[in-house]
Amino acid sequence: MGATRTPSNITQGSKAKGGIGESTLRPDGTLKVTGEFAYSSDMWHEDMLWGFTLRSPHAHAEIKSIDTSQALAQAGVYAVLTYDDLPTEVKNYGLEIQDTPVLAHGRVRHHGEPVALVAADHPETARRAAAKIKVEYVPLPVVHDEATAIAEDAPLLHPGRTDHHAGHVPHPNIVHRQPIHRGDVAAARARADVIVSGEYEVGMQDQAFLGPESGLAVPGEDGGVDLYIATQWLHSDLRQIAPVLGLPPEKVRMTLSGVGGAFGGREDLSMQIHACLLALRTGKPVKIVYNRFESFFGHVHRHPAKLWYEHGATRDGKLTHMKCRIVLDGGAYASASPAVVGNASSLSVGPYVVDNVEIEAIALYTNNPPCGAMRGFGAVQACFAYEAQMDKLAAGLGMDPVEFRQLNAMSQGTVMPTGQVVDSPAPVAELLRRVKAMPLPPQKQWETAGQSADVRALPGGLSNTTHGEGVVRGVGYAVGIKNVGFSEGFDDYSTARVRLEVVGGEPVAVVHTAMAEVGQGGVTVHAQIARTELGVTQVTIHPADTQVGSAGSTSASRQTYVTGGAVKHTCEAVREKVLELGRARFGSYHPAWATAELLLEGGKVVTDGGEVLADLADVLEGEAIDLELEWRHRPTEPFDLRTGQGNGHVQYSFAAHRAVVEVDTELGLVKVVELACAQDVGKALNPLSVVGQIQGGTTQGLGLAVMEEIVVSPEGKVRNPSFTDYLIPTILDTPTIPVDVLELADEHAPYGLRGIGEAPTLSSTPAVVAAIRAATGLALNRVPVRPEHLTGQQYSGG
Amino acid sequence: MDFLRPASWEEALAAKAEHPTAVPIAGGTDVMVEINFDHRRPDALLDLNRIGELREWEVGEETVRLGACVPYTRIIESLRAELPGLALAAHTVGSPQIRNRGSVGGNLGAASPAGDSHPALLAAGAEVEAVSVRGTRMIPVEEFYTGVKRNCLEPDELIRAVHIKKADGPQQFSKVGTRNAMVIAVCAFGIALHPGTRTVRTGIGSAAPTPIRATAAEEFLNSALAEAGLWDSGQIIPPAVARQFAELVSGAANPIDDVRGSAAYRRHALGVMARRTLGWAWEEYRGNERSARCA
Ligand SMILES: Cc1cc2nc3c(=O)[nH]c(=O)nc-3n(C[C@H](O)[C@H](O)[C@H](O)COP(=O)(O)OP(=O)(O)OC[C@H]3O[C@@H](n4cnc5c(N)ncnc54)[C@H](O)[C@@H]3O)c2cc1C
Repeated sequence: MGATRTPSNITQGSKAKGGIGESTLRPDGTLKVTGEFAYSSDMWHEDMLWGFTLRSPHAHAEIKSIDTSQALAQAGVYAVLTYDDLPTEVKNYGLEIQDTPVLAHGRVRHHGEPVALVAADHPETARRAAAKIKVEYVPLPVVHDEATAIAEDAPLLHPGRTDHHAGHVPHPNIVHRQPIHRGDVAAARARADVIVSGEYEVGMQDQAFLGPESGLAVPGEDGGVDLYIATQWLHSDLRQIAPVLGLPPEKVRMTLSGVGGAFGGREDLSMQIHACLLALRTGKPVKIVYNRFESFFGHVHRHPAKLWYEHGATRDGKLTHMKCRIVLDGGAYASASPAVVGNASSLSVGPYVVDNVEIEAIALYTNNPPCGAMRGFGAVQACFAYEAQMDKLAAGLGMDPVEFRQLNAMSQGTVMPTGQVVDSPAPVAELLRRVKAMPLPPQKQWETAGQSADVRALPGGLSNTTHGEGVVRGVGYAVGIKNVGFSEGFDDYSTARVRLEVVGGEPVAVVHTAMAEVGQGGVTVHAQIARTELGVTQVTIHPADTQVGSAGSTSASRQTYVTGGAVKHTCEAVREKVLELGRARFGSYHPAWATAELLLEGGKVVTDGGEVLADLADVLEGEAIDLELEWRHRPTEPFDLRTGQGNGHVQYSFAAHRAVVEVDTELGLVKVVELACAQDVGKALNPLSVVGQIQGGTTQGLGLAVMEEIVVSPEGKVRNPSFTDYLIPTILDTPTIPVDVLELADEHAPYGLRGIGEAPTLSSTPAVVAAIRAATGLALNRVPVRPEHLTGQQYSGG
Repeated sequence: MDFLRPASWEEALAAKAEHPTAVPIAGGTDVMVEINFDHRRPDALLDLNRIGELREWEVGEETVRLGACVPYTRIIESLRAELPGLALAAHTVGSPQIRNRGSVGGNLGAASPAGDSHPALLAAGAEVEAVSVRGTRMIPVEEFYTGVKRNCLEPDELIRAVHIKKADGPQQFSKVGTRNAMVIAVCAFGIALHPGTRTVRTGIGSAAPTPIRATAAEEFLNSALAEAGLWDSGQIIPPAVARQFAELVSGAANPIDDVRGSAAYRRHALGVMARRTLGWAWEEYRGNERSARCA
């Protein structure tokens, strides 16, 4: 190919307006802000029915019987389905392990598990009918932590497991276990001058996306079904839906509808199969929309974790070794637990050079709510623990916490505990330097002219709890490492279809992928890539559906890299076709057709010297070039199940934070004043979106630090399934977030870019907690930090 | 579900008498949440929004007669001087959208121990004007709350207005929540100095089955201030007195452990708020205006 451009000359040479590197605005932005955007919950179809899901009130129980007769007898009810109505032998689904029942069969394993479905002509009718379904439960003992999971008489969540992890786990209530060994910990430990250890805990965070689970299934005349759905990965849904319905995949036609946020919570199925079952049973379109309460039961959450860490360092501040054990609570079904284990273990050392490690991570099966993907995916939990350890070590050595981290920071060429060499820029020390160099916000910002206090700048805000009394400032730092893309040997590819034609004299590109736009700005970036590669102004983004090949998941910070890579790759192939056509048609008129490097710019074929050779319209002569191609990133390898060795990750992503907090030490209330972030993004395809992602991730990390937690009782019951009591940061809790973006190209990635969506979520949490520790002198080994943790009044239960 | 829309106060009373189970709806910021959560499925809603007089207020000699449906936003904008404690409390309610709709009448109707207007009403001194086709009752606010989310309204009664004592001295309100806005109180405290009667009144929210006054704390402080002649001298309150007052406020509470906070924390926080708000109010009384700026 004569016209392949490298990242460097793209950056300098792109003349396309609205191409990569520009902050073009999102097409959905204004609509969302003004309330006009159509979300999946806004869909409507003539004659449609409403589906409702009856859920288990118990965390663990045997189902003795289900009597649906009264529900079926209610006027307006069209169908009531239970396990017995499932049409095929495939009754379970799951991302990696098919262990999740479409509807409960004889047993429920968590609070809120779907037991029966109702379709009725009105949502209220469906709800009332569901209340008339009589389910006889016999409660079973509840598995709620590691001790109860592996106790001698522990009930097995999934007896007779046959999945690919069943053979190597030490107990059937352990989903997956990944050890990693490298170096000689005993010898290194003997060399250590300072050894610190700690036990840390991370609460169950929720994705708290604002658009609840919803979708519309429309039965087709061919016996198939059209499903309009808010999801993160259409083809993964399809793979799980079609077998349960007993339909070939081509008869389950899926179209992405407006997605109101995801953050991992839509990687698993929610109401997809249910809506299709009801639609196929009734022959009518069926819409299901969860309300907020149900949404808390309708998706997986972030794994709560317990982490034990030991680190050693020499007097001159060099890390000697690290030992850790990470226990993740996967809840009742596997979901993404195995991959979360892979991440937690392989990233447990953080962005540091540690040659001697003993690592173990496991995920449990329990009767708690199922946990799976959430922004940061296993790396968040580890980062909270290892960053606390770094501060402890620095304190133990009498060193500055930033300098200590810089002294041990990894860089390009570092060997990970998995044996993988970090083969692209890893500017960990530089990111720390940058956040530290930013000017600190002024002291006592609440003091205004005169004697009055501006309470908005104080902990408690307008709640008027302090005018400065008891308030102490703290500053804390943290840095983290996240993998980008699917790891451990997964065939992580994306497909893009690109069509180039001239319409009404103007060249137009249509980009068609199955990428789920969940708010990350993927559609914006795809148009930018097409403009840059094809030199056109007009780019249409085709709605995402399953009429084109898979785009993989909108998760793992991977979409700009992988689907963006696929769009770039397909555009290059389209461009090559244009040039072929051009050579065939006009090659004899100008020698440059054969000799020069040719580009598409401004609707024309030009030489790299800028000479115009032909108009696209003349080259295409009414033809359209239409290609659909797959693109994959470099392959990865699984981690060895005993040693954890393997080139498991594609790319790493780094961010560092400095948190400045004011703590009301008497009331235990915290105001995060500023959360400065520095992140390496490789190449900012859309700088505005990059800053938006960093600020959003930072805020989500703040939420985990000081407020966000799903509280589950020892009986496995969710105690706060609402936004009244599951608190997420409001704009008044969101600090100033200065962002410093570094662009060090990764030569393996399209345009040199680095996936960015998750890294800022990691280091935000430990930076905030470090700042609170600095203000209070407390150990704070658990997030979210609650007022009681700062003032010492625990719950009477302990 | 029936939706009753009386055009006048008389029609509303008649409708309530005829449909005693009809649930009044003012701003709807509690009612709609309850319906949404399926906590409540009333067979009829009685919409009060067409009755203009319920959104009006009158400033009298000694009291403000606040129409039941006056939204918080109006209280913040227009009644800060007369009802400073309630205005501070109103400022902590929900978000701008909620403050544009939510009302003190609704807060009283809901009678949640966590309602933010209650501590301010208790501290200022207020009476609820409860009306039915049978007549009008003036209910002192401390007698209005009867249990968790229960009040003493009869099935045919509606709240027409709340009569709140105009501030005759500094008032403060303080609320602990686990985020800096849009949060239900973990606990809250209101205090009002009444130099005219040389008394101090208080209100505690979210730390007992109903909103309550910390009577023992009030009595202690009243006599401590009187004995030391502090109302006249305007000298600072001795720290030991403030501490004792705070302890008595803590002791007045009867809180529970729940997802929002532990009982022990609530007691602790009430003591801190009591000490601080007393300090701010007293400083203001002494002439050192130190009120917080709330924009
Ligand atoms: C997001 C959100 C945040 C909130 N934050 C807070 C907060 O921070 N602090 C707080 O205190 N509250 C809060 N609330 C609760 C609510 O806003 C308040 O209780 C508000 O005062 C209710 O007023 P309303 O006019 O909306 O009442 P409605 O919802 O209309 O009514 C509430 C109750 O009072 C009854 N009622 C209303 N008017 C009358 C009347 N005239 N006579 C007899 N009964 C009547 C109704 O039948 C109902 O039982 C919040 C609510 C939401 C949705």
